[in-house]
Amino acid sequence: MMRNNNLKRREPLTDTQLLLTITICIFFAMYGLAMLVWGGGFLRFQQVFDMLNNNAALIIVACGLTIVMIGGGIDISVGGVTALVVMSCIVHMNNGGSIVTAALLAVGIGLCFGLVHGFLISYLEIQPFIITLAGMFFARGMTTIVSLEPQKIAHEGFKALMKTKIEIPWLGYVAKKGNLIPARMEIGVVVALVVLIVVFIMLKKTRLGRGFYAIGGNSQSALMLGVNVKRTRFLSYLISGLLSGIAGFVFMMHTGAGNATNAAGAEMNAIASAIIGGTLLSGGVGNVIGTFFGVLTLTTIKAIVTTSGLRDPWWQSITTGAMLCFFILLQSVVLSQRAKKKAKAKELLKE
Amino acid sequence: MQNDIVLSMRGIGKTFPGVKALSNVDFTLRKGEIHALMGENGAGKSTLIKVLTGVYTKDAGQIFIDGVEGEVSIRSPQDAQKAGISTVYQEITLCPNLTVAENMFIGRGNDVLVDWKGMEKKAGAILENLGIPARPKQQLGSCSLAVQQMVAIARAVDMDCKVLILDEPTSSLDDKEVEMLFGLMRDLRSRGVGIIFVTHFLEQVYEVSDRITVLRNGELVGEYEIENLPQVELVAKMMGKELEELGELNREEKPEEDTAAPIYEAHGLSSAACTNPFDFAIRKGEVNGFTGLLGSGRSESVRAIFAADRVTGGTVTMNGKTMKIQKPIQAMKQGIGYLPEDRKDDGIIADLSVRDNIILALQVMKGFFRPFSQAEAEAFADEYIKALEIKTASSETPIKSLSGGNQQKVILARWLLTHPKYLILDEPTRGIDVGTKTEIQRLVRKLAEEGMSVTFISSEIEEMLRTCSRLIVMRDRHIVGQLRGQELTQSNVMRTIAGGAD
Repeated sequence: MMRNNNLKRREPLTDTQLLLTITICIFFAMYGLAMLVWGGGFLRFQQVFDMLNNNAALIIVACGLTIVMIGGGIDISVGGVTALVVMSCIVHMNNGGSIVTAALLAVGIGLCFGLVHGFLISYLEIQPFIITLAGMFFARGMTTIVSLEPQKIAHEGFKALMKTKIEIPWLGYVAKKGNLIPARMEIGVVVALVVLIVVFIMLKKTRLGRGFYAIGGNSQSALMLGVNVKRTRFLSYLISGLLSGIAGFVFMMHTGAGNATNAAGAEMNAIASAIIGGTLLSGGVGNVIGTFFGVLTLTTIKAIVTTSGLRDPWWQSITTGAMLCFFILLQSVVLSQRAKKKAKAKELLKE
Repeated sequence: MQNDIVLSMRGIGKTFPGVKALSNVDFTLRKGEIHALMGENGAGKSTLIKVLTGVYTKDAGQIFIDGVEGEVSIRSPQDAQKAGISTVYQEITLCPNLTVAENMFIGRGNDVLVDWKGMEKKAGAILENLGIPARPKQQLGSCSLAVQQMVAIARAVDMDCKVLILDEPTSSLDDKEVEMLFGLMRDLRSRGVGIIFVTHFLEQVYEVSDRITVLRNGELVGEYEIENLPQVELVAKMMGKELEELGELNREEKPEEDTAAPIYEAHGLSSAACTNPFDFAIRKGEVNGFTGLLGSGRSESVRAIFAADRVTGGTVTMNGKTMKIQKPIQAMKQGIGYLPEDRKDDGIIADLSVRDNIILALQVMKGFFRPFSQAEAEAFADEYIKALEIKTASSETPIKSLSGGNQQKVILARWLLTHPKYLILDEPTRGIDVGTKTEIQRLVRKLAEEGMSVTFISSEIEEMLRTCSRLIVMRDRHIVGQLRGQELTQSNVMRTIAGGAD
C-alpha cells in the first residue's frame, strides 16, 4: 500500500467495515457496562462460553442468512428446516441409525430445501420471501409428520458426544469452595466457529463470495459486469439450506430432544443478528464477523434483561425489538451522513 | 474492408411489433475516431446500439469487426464483450458497494480465489495510466458520478475493447466533469480505440467528435465529417428538413400585446432537475412555447414553473405579487395547471374511471376530506366529456381502456375543471392521432382567446409555429433566444437551436 503513490493516505472504511466497527464497539461497550453494573456472572468467561454454547446453532443459521441477505435476498425457512432436521435425526438414531448417517441426513435435508428455494427464486424469479415462507410452513409441517410427540435422544454414542465438552482451565474461575471450575465449551461451538471462519474466507477471498456482494449491490450491474447472477443467487440459497442442516445437527447436540416447536423464531433471531451485525436488508453490505457479534449482542441484551430482574419473557422481546430499531436507525443515519458528506465534498470541489 | 475500419454495420434492420425501428442502416467506425451518433427521439439510435451490444437481435443486415473473419453474430452482451465491444451507459452499471478495483475485475476470468493484491496493483496501474482520479481500494460509491463513469471506461479499455460505446455519458455530469471525461476520450482516441458517442448535447458533439452519423425515423440520413457539417445543418438533418426546403409558413399577423402586464413572472428560477436558472414571463391570453431538441431542458423548465421537481432558487411573481411556489399544490392554488409529458406515468391513474380522473385535480385542491357528491362529480365529468368530445363508453369506464388521444383529453379536462389562469401543456399531442392533434391545437387557441395563458411544448416545430405567438428556444439547458411575430419561421427556429455556428 505504501509503495504506490496513489495510495499514500489511508482508505476510508467501506460501508461494510464501518457498520462492522460500530457493532463491535457497541457489543464491547454493552458487555463492559454489564460487567460494571451487574458483575457476577458477567465477570466470568463462562458467561461468554454459555452464550456460545446456547447459540451455536443460531450462529450457523445466521451465517447462512447473512450470505443470502448480502445477495439481496431473504430466507425465513431456516428455523423450520432446523427443527425438521432435529426431529428427523433423532427419530433416525432412535430407530437404529448411526451418528454418521444422521449427520448425512441433516446435511441432505438442508441441501434439499436450499436446492428447491434456490431454483425457484433465481431461475423462476419468484419472490424469495414467499418461497421461503412456504418452505418454513412445509418444514414445520413435516416436523410434526415425522413425529407428533416430542422425542428424546436414546442413542448412547450421541449422548456421549453431547456430554463431551472442551475444558479450558485457564479461562475458568475459582468457586466459593476454592476449587477451580474450568470454562466449558461444547463441540457445537467448534462447528459454529469453523463455519464462521469458512464463510468469512469465502465471502472475502473467493470469486463466489464477491459475487454475492455484487448481486446484492446491483444485480443489473452485476449481470453487465459478467457475473452469473442466477447461479450466484442459487448458490446463496443452497448454502443457507446447507447451513440450516448443519445448524439442526448442532442444535440437537445441545438439546438432545426433538420437539415441533424447536428453533421457533430462529429465523427472526438470525435476521435480527445479521442486521445488528451490519448486514443491510437491501443487500450488498454485510459481514459474518458482524453477524457473530450480532448474535452475542442480542444474547447479551437478553442476559442483561434477565439479570436485572425482568424475568418475564416479553421483556426480552421488547428490548430486542427496541435494539433492532436502534441499530437500523443508527445504520441509516450513519450511511446518510456519509452520502451528505460526499455531496458536500463535491460542491466544495465545484467552487 | 479498409484497414483502419474497426466496425462496419451494413443494412441493419429491426422491426418491433407495429414499428419499424431500423431499416437498412449502415454505420462505419474507424480506428482512433470519436464518432457521434445523432438523432431525435425515436430516430433509432438506441435500437442500433442495442443491436450492436446484443440486447436486441437484428432482423436484417451484417456486422463486421476488425480482426474477426466474416460476419459476427452478437446474441448477448457477453458475445459483444468477447467481440471487443464495450458499452458504458448513462446509468452507471457498476456495483457501488464494491471497491474500484473489484469493479474493474469482477466477472472476468475463472479463478476461484480473488487475488486482492494483484488486482489492486493492476487497477492502480491502469487508473494512473489513464489519469483517472480514483484509488483502487476506494469504495466505488464514494466516487463522483464522473469518476464512476471513468472507472467503467477503464474496465472496458482493460478488457481490450476495440469499440467503446458511450451512451449519453454526460447527462448527469457538470461542466467540469464533462471536461474530464472528454480528456479521457481524447486520450483513448489517440490510443486507437474507436468511440461511438451518443448524446443530445450539440456543443459537446462539436467539441470532441470527428465524424457524425445522423439517423431519423429508423433510417440513415448520412455520415458526415464534422468540419463539413455546420450545426444548423445538423439540426435540419435531425429534424428532417433541408434548409432550402424551408418555405416560410403563411401566418396571420398575431397582435402583440406588449402593454399587458405579465400574469406570471419568474427570475432566476432553478430546480433540482433543471441546472441553469432562467427568467420567464407570460402575459394574459398569450400562448408561448419552449422549443429545443430533446434534452435541451424545455420540459425541465416548465416542471420548475409548476414545482414538479424540487425548486432550488429564484423568485416568482404572479399578478405583481411575490409568491412562494415550492410544491405542485401551491402552484395549483395559484391557478397553474400542468399537463405532464409522460402521460402514462405522470398523468393518468390507469385503474380509476374517467370521472375520477377528471375531478382529481379539483378534488386535491378542495381537500380529500371534503369529497364531491356523486351528482357533482357526475355533472363535472359529463360537462367535459361533452365539451372535449371524449370518446368513452361512460364516465365509469377505466381510463386505461381509452385511446391515447382520449386519455390526453381527460387529463386536459382535469386541468380545465380547475379553471386555471395559466396552463402548461408538455407534449400534449405526442402519440395521438392527427384528428385529435388539431382539436387540441384549436382548443389551445380558443382558451387563449378566452384569456387563459398557455405554455405549449411539442417536438413538432410546425405545430409550435401554428399554435404559439412566442417561442423560447433552448439549447443544452440554456435559453438561447426568443422568437415572435414575423421571426417565427422554421429556419429561424433551427438557426437559433443550432446557435450562430453557421
